Amino acid sequence: MKIAQIIALLTLTTLSACASRPPADQFGFGPRTSAQSRYTATIAPPDQPLKPRRMLKLQVTIRDAAGQPVDGAKIDVDGGMPQHGHGLPTQPRVTRSLGQGRYEIDGLRFNMGGWWELHLAVQSSAGTDRVTFNLQV
Amino acid sequence: MNGKRIATATAVALLLAAALTAVAATRGDRWSDEQVEVLRGLSLSELEPLPADPTNRVADDPRAARLGERLFFDTRLSANGKVSCATCHVPDREFQDGTPLAQGVGTTDRRTMPVAGTAYSPFLFWDGRKDSQWAQALGPLESAVEHGGSRAQYAHTIAEHYRDDYERLFGPLPDFAAIPRAAGPVPDPAARTAWEAMPDEQRVAVTQVYVNIGKAIAAFERRLQYAPSRFDRYVDALVSSGTAPADVLTPDEVAGLRLFIGKANCTQCHNGPLFTNNEFHNTGVPAAPAVAKADRGRASGAKDVLADEFNCRSRWSDAPAAQCSELEFLVSEGHTLERAFKVPSLRNVADRPPYMHAGQLPSLEEVVAHYNGAPAAPAGHSELKPLRLSARERQQLVSFLRALSGV
Repeated sequence: MKIAQIIALLTLTTLSACASRPPADQFGFGPRTSAQSRYTATIAPPDQPLKPRRMLKLQVTIRDAAGQPVDGAKIDVDGGMPQHGHGLPTQPRVTRSLGQGRYEIDGLRFNMGGWWELHLAVQSSAGTDRVTFNLQV
Repeated sequence: MNGKRIATATAVALLLAAALTAVAATRGDRWSDEQVEVLRGLSLSELEPLPADPTNRVADDPRAARLGERLFFDTRLSANGKVSCATCHVPDREFQDGTPLAQGVGTTDRRTMPVAGTAYSPFLFWDGRKDSQWAQALGPLESAVEHGGSRAQYAHTIAEHYRDDYERLFGPLPDFAAIPRAAGPVPDPAARTAWEAMPDEQRVAVTQVYVNIGKAIAAFERRLQYAPSRFDRYVDALVSSGTAPADVLTPDEVAGLRLFIGKANCTQCHNGPLFTNNEFHNTGVPAAPAVAKADRGRASGAKDVLADEFNCRSRWSDAPAAQCSELEFLVSEGHTLERAFKVPSLRNVADRPPYMHAGQLPSLEEVVAHYNGAPAAPAGHSELKPLRLSARERQQLVSFLRALSGV
């Protein structure tokens, strides 16, 4: 292994261990592609910036790899702060299916400002996959 | 002025400028835009208007607040005629009592919590076992070690001493002639037996009066707010003028503030204008030596609030069940709840030792030392990591906490 490769590998290891903040272009409401590219998910931008310590409702649209909206998916919602090692203080979930691939997520709360990850585990006939949003609260 | 003099004057001026810059730098009054945003988020000026309480239809009725205030101070609402809410929630002591374990008709297992700002909290008590101020107020009234009485006793007190004020707010009182003086779902065997012998409609009538006592007290309590502190004056001046004022906080307090929002990680939980995220965390606080029973904190509180007779979904709440989102999305399982306790506000914190849920730590110095050392939790897992603050930094952090008192 060349020295440059070793350095690159070490850097990568260090970075992942520190859960360093992703670059600015990785933040926002999407569209975000799932880990195995089965889905893209887009959050409808809320009326106000995401604020901490209040219950929030979000609308998300799920599309398959061909760009078609996915209805009837089962979506598990999870999240947390990678830099602090804690999860969400509430148990948000999809409360309504709105058609055309749109779902309402309710019960979401961030208990401090900063970088939060929001994970959607999507299950449908197109398979199981996971989408991650980086959100600035 | 000759050239040499000009050079000397310039050198002196430059030295002075450098010295002043050095002072400003050691004062630590330079804040990045991002830091100013963080500080602004902590200012009392950023506190939102009082949130509505849909579970309590008299929450914002001034008549209810006046009735609630009188009830808050009324010692007749106790088993021995000596205990009122104000016995532990002492108004001129931050609505707390300064002792590790609250003393009512007996001794409780926990520290009295302050009342100001609690209208902003979705859950009340150290374990969050209540989801409204009125439901909270009812807990101590029937606790065997706090007020020690029963709801039938309190309903009689209302009928005898507050009839007009009560009826103007809540409508006619039922006829209590046939209702026992002491009856309620309480540990006292006689009162419990009497309660169980009562027909359902009587129990409902008594409980309705009891609930309304809580709602009136809550209407009083929700008006209790914190006064701005020197910290707020500092931040408000910084935000409005872009420059930190030199005469509001001492250099040590500013250094402590820098630690508070930085290296010491305090804002991870103590954030927002009330310096609390209103959540529950295990910070490895030692067990209270005087408390025999292990305190599981939120692990029991989360289950208790879901089962609570007076919660948002109950028949006694004025909110439709669909509005009870705090209960609907509540985390009620998982290791993070074990021995997790409510994050208290830090406003006026220097005025109310001792600290933690059973007053385990007598001073702010010991609180900061605890967070610095991050000991293992007696049960569950502490979320703390050692901070490695120097003795001087710990002192600066304490100095800053003292600047959070309202003036």
